[in-house]
This record gives sequence, structure tokens and C-alpha cells, in this order.
Amino acid sequence: MGEPILSVRDVHKAFGALKASDGVSLELRAGEIHALIGPNGAGKSTLIQQIAGGLAPDSGTVEFVGRDISGTSTAQRARLGLARTFQISALAMQFTVLENVVLGLVGERGHVFRFFRPVMKDVAYLDPAHAILKRVGLDDVAHMRTAELSHGQRRQLEVAVALTLAPKAFLMDEPMAGLGADGSKALMQLLADLKTHAPILLVEHDMDAVFALADRISVLVYGKIIATGTVDAIRANPEVRAAYLGDGEIPA
Amino acid sequence: MLRETHLNALIFLALLAVPLGALVLDQPFIITLATKVTILALAGVGLNLALGQGGLVSFGHAIFFGLGGYSMGILASHAQSFTPLMEVPFVIPGTNLMPVIWIVAIAVSCLAALVVGALSLRTSGVYFIMVTLAFGQMFYYFAISWPAYGGEDGLSIYVRNQFPGLNTLVPIQFFGLCFAVLCAVLFLVSRLNKSAFGLALTGAHYSPVRAMSVGIEVTRLRLVAFVISGGITGLAGALFADLNRFVSPTMFSWHTSGEIIIFIILGGVARLCGPIAGAAAYIILEQYLGGFSEYWQIYLGLILLFVVLFAQGGLIGSLSKREIVRG
Repeated sequence: MGEPILSVRDVHKAFGALKASDGVSLELRAGEIHALIGPNGAGKSTLIQQIAGGLAPDSGTVEFVGRDISGTSTAQRARLGLARTFQISALAMQFTVLENVVLGLVGERGHVFRFFRPVMKDVAYLDPAHAILKRVGLDDVAHMRTAELSHGQRRQLEVAVALTLAPKAFLMDEPMAGLGADGSKALMQLLADLKTHAPILLVEHDMDAVFALADRISVLVYGKIIATGTVDAIRANPEVRAAYLGDGEIPA
Repeated sequence: MLRETHLNALIFLALLAVPLGALVLDQPFIITLATKVTILALAGVGLNLALGQGGLVSFGHAIFFGLGGYSMGILASHAQSFTPLMEVPFVIPGTNLMPVIWIVAIAVSCLAALVVGALSLRTSGVYFIMVTLAFGQMFYYFAISWPAYGGEDGLSIYVRNQFPGLNTLVPIQFFGLCFAVLCAVLFLVSRLNKSAFGLALTGAHYSPVRAMSVGIEVTRLRLVAFVISGGITGLAGALFADLNRFVSPTMFSWHTSGEIIIFIILGGVARLCGPIAGAAAYIILEQYLGGFSEYWQIYLGLILLFVVLFAQGGLIGSLSKREIVRG
């Protein structure tokens, strides 16, 4: 396993008396899919927000590609190559598929203050945008409006937009949510392929997907990581089995 | 149904044909009305960039309209009385040259938009509307209570300012000048809408979270849009003051801000030529309903209600097919 790309070090975050992150430490290493699981209310979303930006930890640091990014904005983290996909699709629905991808390229390249050249006629954007859409299998719907896409296609588009950031790490918040069996399978294939490009921190409820995809798993319960390890180690861990009441959710 | 580009061309032709027809028929009043439409449309084009493209519902664009007007009023009144604007530390004379006045109007409005925007863009939604409204009222009451340039009574300029090569007092020549300015600004804005900046601004309107997560500093982006928007409306203010040869605090009032919003809603939010259609419809209604009833704004209210409920694309949206603007 490679060197750490993203390190969360002893992060604390409390909302009043509720400790949403209670000394969380986590490492995402090159080449891996690292799944973050935990029951509802364990603090997964809070942790993701502290990593992606938008919520500052009370104490502790988040390091990304060797830099302390705890104090930086969401946009700065994105430009460093931290690519996020959202649980509830945050695509610009009125845009075409292609426009969503080009928007990502504009942000990544810091070309926001170019006022005069028509961006949707510029091959410097269109060529890489089409290449990315081919990679996720959406190029034939490039000119369709995003609102007209199926749920699964929107998930693919989320990944496509993340790819525009020349990502050094992916942060994926429940990419499989709401997908049917076929959709899940296709997306799992894509994620397995993407991890060779950049490691993925995967928050996911679909345990079948987690156990099939992940190289390592961390289990978050009440703001604390109670276990980190390989799929087999987690599956055998009695504390984890206890946290998931009834054991039933963890496939044997 | 027409294509939007064809409809836009028709609107331009109409805006050009009406005053030319009025010239032939010797109806200078109609030419003045067309000039008014042109200038108000320009103010709307400015706001449409913030409100339509950027989703920033500014209820304070009268600030920039008024600042443009007072830039003209102050410079021209000093030129009229042959007194310098200031003497220490260096002499700044007044001027009656439109290009100079326009540059000052744009610069002053952009600067004000930078300050107002930097403070109001910390908020969003209803709060943004309220903060911009509050700033507008501050400027309004300042203009009323500042006696140096007429205070509540406003400021009259007896001779229209000059533009090299034109006699601006001839209505059709002044119309031509305003029309040319509108065309130039619309050309720049249409390029802007299709540029990387336009895509980012619209993207940040549709999904701010997405824009941030692809590396776009949304507040900075909106501030730049707000400044450009304020500059355009400021230029319109300077022209409007020159049309009336009169500036008063009314230009700063929230009614003015509301009227500029009405042009956009009537014409079609985020449509390139929406403000022209909207301003034209507004002026026509004001003239004809105004002749029919003193309370013509009741009917305007009903029409607005109808547009908001049943025809959200405004005039442009109802009369043309929706086109995917980019790509």
C-alpha cells in the first residue's frame, strides 16, 4: 500500500454536547479504496465536511498531499485535487451534461475570470470534457439536459465532474445510493478502475458494495473510529459486529 | 414559434424603426420615448447580469442608476457654472463631455458596487434583497439631505452634454447615441454570458455547492459580476440624467430599483433582450394606461401577477422557443 495522500489527525468537532467527531484519525493511501462505514448519526457527514471544507474542526488537522488544509476554503481544496461527489446530486440540473463537465474544467484551471471567449466552442475544454464523458460512459448523452438523465446517469456524471479536477483523491459520499442492481454494478466497475488513478475515500451504506470494493475499512461509531483494517479483519471484529446491531448488515 | 435570436433581431428592428418612423412623421415625443426605453433597457441589462445570470436579486440597483445620474449632474453643473469640482490638492474641473462623464459614472458605480457587493454578498436569499434595499435607502436619504447639489429638489442641467461630432439636442441624434451604447453593451454582455465567466456565474446560481466543489470561489465570482452589473446600470443612469437634463434623489429611490426589476420580469429573466422588451412594454403601458387611468399601476400589477404565475419566461419566453444557450 502506498504513501498517505490524505491524513485526518485527531479531529474534534462538537455541536453543543454532541461530539460528532471525537478524536478521529484516518489515512487514505495511494491506490486504495478506503471505506468509511458506521451507523446513522455516527458522524460520517460531519467528518466528510471537515475533509472537503465547509466545516472547520474544533481541533486537529486535515492534511492533503503533504499540506495542512484545515484552514482553506472548499474551492481551494478542490483546486488542490480533492474531488468530491455528493450524496444528493449537486449538479446544475438546467445545464447540459457537457456544460456540467466544462464547469468543472473551468474551476480546476482557475479560468473563471475569462470574459470574452465562448467557452462551449473552445476545443481546449471540449476535447478533455468529451474524453472524461467517454470514460464514464456518458458521451452519447453529452448534449442532454442534466435534469433529463436517469438517476444512475447522474451518479456517473457526478464522477465525471470529479474527474475534471485532475484529482489526487476522491471523496465519495454514498455514490451507490438509490441505484438499482445494474447501476450499482456498473458504478462499482468504474470505482475499481478509478482507484488506480487516485485513492477513494468511500462513505457507503451498501455493505455488499463496501465489502466487494474496499481495500480497507474504518468503522465510525459515536464520533470515534472503533476499528480500521482489511475487509477480513473488520468482518471478524466483534466490536464492529456489536455496533451493527443484529450482525445482519455485515455479509459473511 | 420564433427562435430567440430571431425575436431579438425583431426587437432591435422595432426599437430602431419606431423613432425613425417618428422622425418622418415629425413626432419628437415618440423619439424621446424610444430613447427612454433604450436607456431603461440598458439599466435592466446591467441588473439582468446579477439577477438573471447570477441569481442575485438586488433591490438596490437604484444606487448605481442614481450614482450615474449624479456623476453627470455634478460634473455638468460645475462645467455650467465654470467652477472647479475641487481645487486642493489638485484642480478637477467639471465637464460637459459625455465620454468623460460616462467613464466617471461607470467608475463611481463600480466602486460603489464593490463596497455594497462585498458587504451584501455575505448574505443570500431574502437577506440579500433586504441588505441591498437598505443600502439603496441610505443613498436615497443621503441625496435628499445633501444640500450642495440641490438636495430634495434635484439639480437641473440646462444644456444637454456634448458628444464629439453629434448635436445631442437633436432627439434622433441622442437616440442614435443611446442605441449605439446599448448595442455595444449587449454585444459585450452576450460574449460574457457565453464565456467561462458566464458559465461559472450561471453554474454558481444553479448549484453553488457544485461550483465551490470544483474550485470556484463563489463569493468572489459574484462580486465581480455585481461590479460589472453596477457599472452598466451606472452608465444608464448618466444617460437617463442627460435625457431629462435633470437629476433628483428619485433616481436613488427603491421605486427605481423595483422598476428595473419589473423590466426584467416583464421581458424575461436572464434573456439577453428581455430588458428591452420589458422596458418597452413598461413605457407603452405607462403612456397608454396612464392616459386611461391615473391608477394605471393597478393594471401593471395585474399584468405582473399574470407573468409571474403563468409566463415565467416573460415576453421573450412566451414569444420564442427555449434555446439551449451554450453548445
